[in-house]
Amino acid sequence: MAPSTGGVRFEHITKSFGSVKVLDDITLDVPRAMTTCIIGPSGSGKSTLLRCANLLERPEAGRIMVDGTTITDPGVDIDAIRSRVGMVFQHFHLFSHLSVLDNVALALRKVRRLPRAEAEERAIAKLNDVGLRGLERRRPTDLSGGQQQRVAIARALAVEPAIMLFDEATSALDPELVKGVLAIMRELAASGMTMLVVTHEMRFAREAASQVIFMDHGKIIEAASPAVLFDHPQSPRLRQFLNQVL
Amino acid sequence: MLKGLHGIQQTFFDLHLILGVMPSLLRVGLPNTIILALSATLIGIVIGLIIAIGLISSRRPVGLLCRVYVDILRGLPHILTIYLIGQGLPLAGLSLFGHDTYAYAALAIGLIEGAYMAEIFRAGLQSVDRGQIEAARTLGMTRAQTMLLIIIPQGIRRVLPPLTGQFILVIKGTALVFLLGLTASQRDLFSIAQDSAINNANLSPLTAAGLIYLALTVPMTYAVNAWERRLRLGTNPRARTAL
Repeated sequence: MAPSTGGVRFEHITKSFGSVKVLDDITLDVPRAMTTCIIGPSGSGKSTLLRCANLLERPEAGRIMVDGTTITDPGVDIDAIRSRVGMVFQHFHLFSHLSVLDNVALALRKVRRLPRAEAEERAIAKLNDVGLRGLERRRPTDLSGGQQQRVAIARALAVEPAIMLFDEATSALDPELVKGVLAIMRELAASGMTMLVVTHEMRFAREAASQVIFMDHGKIIEAASPAVLFDHPQSPRLRQFLNQVL
Repeated sequence: MLKGLHGIQQTFFDLHLILGVMPSLLRVGLPNTIILALSATLIGIVIGLIIAIGLISSRRPVGLLCRVYVDILRGLPHILTIYLIGQGLPLAGLSLFGHDTYAYAALAIGLIEGAYMAEIFRAGLQSVDRGQIEAARTLGMTRAQTMLLIIIPQGIRRVLPPLTGQFILVIKGTALVFLLGLTASQRDLFSIAQDSAINNANLSPLTAAGLIYLALTVPMTYAVNAWERRLRLGTNPRARTAL
């Protein structure tokens, strides 16, 4: 397969933690302007694979191309790559010593080098996009989990990344707060953002993804469109998994 | 029995002598002690922070060098270090501050405090959640930016109480500068009290100085304890007023 321009391509990625092989020869294309969801049981390696896309984890072998750059090559400016790849974490990881506004504006000022006024203006606009107008001066800990995750999404989107990574973005939220965050992710997917989403939300995967990957024990077991993967699972392992979660 | 009590009163609590030495303790000694403690602490904070960053560095030689610094300065008696630096540097021809005993004293205590503060800062920096660092790095911040904008502000906040506790130790530690020989206007609380005690062949001036030290350190100790308790309980008054 020819390397994709834009998007993310993983080629023969291998990664171990100690003696445990968490990623075992993974090859995967995440096409541009589409949403790819990764599902699978805990410990299947899905989060580790996602974290390889911005080198929070370094693979032991294989190549990763992000938005046209081979990030696994030696000497690559990883900071520059990361500023084009937004990431949203399960536990938000908002900067606890900064206000909501500063959380979103910080990278605009320090990475994008915008003057403070312009950075704050953009940050306010992004917060507005995720429905958080008026909360700019609050501390992250004053907000609900759902609001915190929306701030985290605004923070990642503010630097205008080409690709967005979501690592179980709704898993730590109370059920009634999940909807609001998923709605923002759906909107983002519909707007043509390239997204790689590790999720336990099967409905979201079915409705928003253009391809769904099922991983288990560090391998991709099945990869298909949601209609095929959910309605006609091929492997017994996927059938068993779907029976458990659906 | 009564004679014994009288002797104690005469030796330690001679009111006449205590009141006599108080003005110069308060006017000369107290400001000097506070200035010395503050400047030594400032030096200690700068050195401590740099050494702490070195201690958690992934570069082994840097970490090792900083570890050696901390081990030596914490392992030596303070009196010895103060002598070595305060008297030794000028003797060795390194008259960084001319004949200003004070500056050498501040430097010596600052270097010692730097070692203790490095360990406090290290604990603070290492207590910052990994996720905070990952969030900063994924936004494209460099290592240095992450350290400066995320890790240091969060790490320091958590160690403010132990740092203040260390400041209390510095206040007490400044008494050792008398070793270096001070001019009349430079004398700290202890030097003034000691001179007066020798001149009057009576220890009451030292009691007077002790009272001033206690007036500084005891309230601060209680404030630090209350502060630590509040941090432990996670009561953030700002969080409450914001709601």
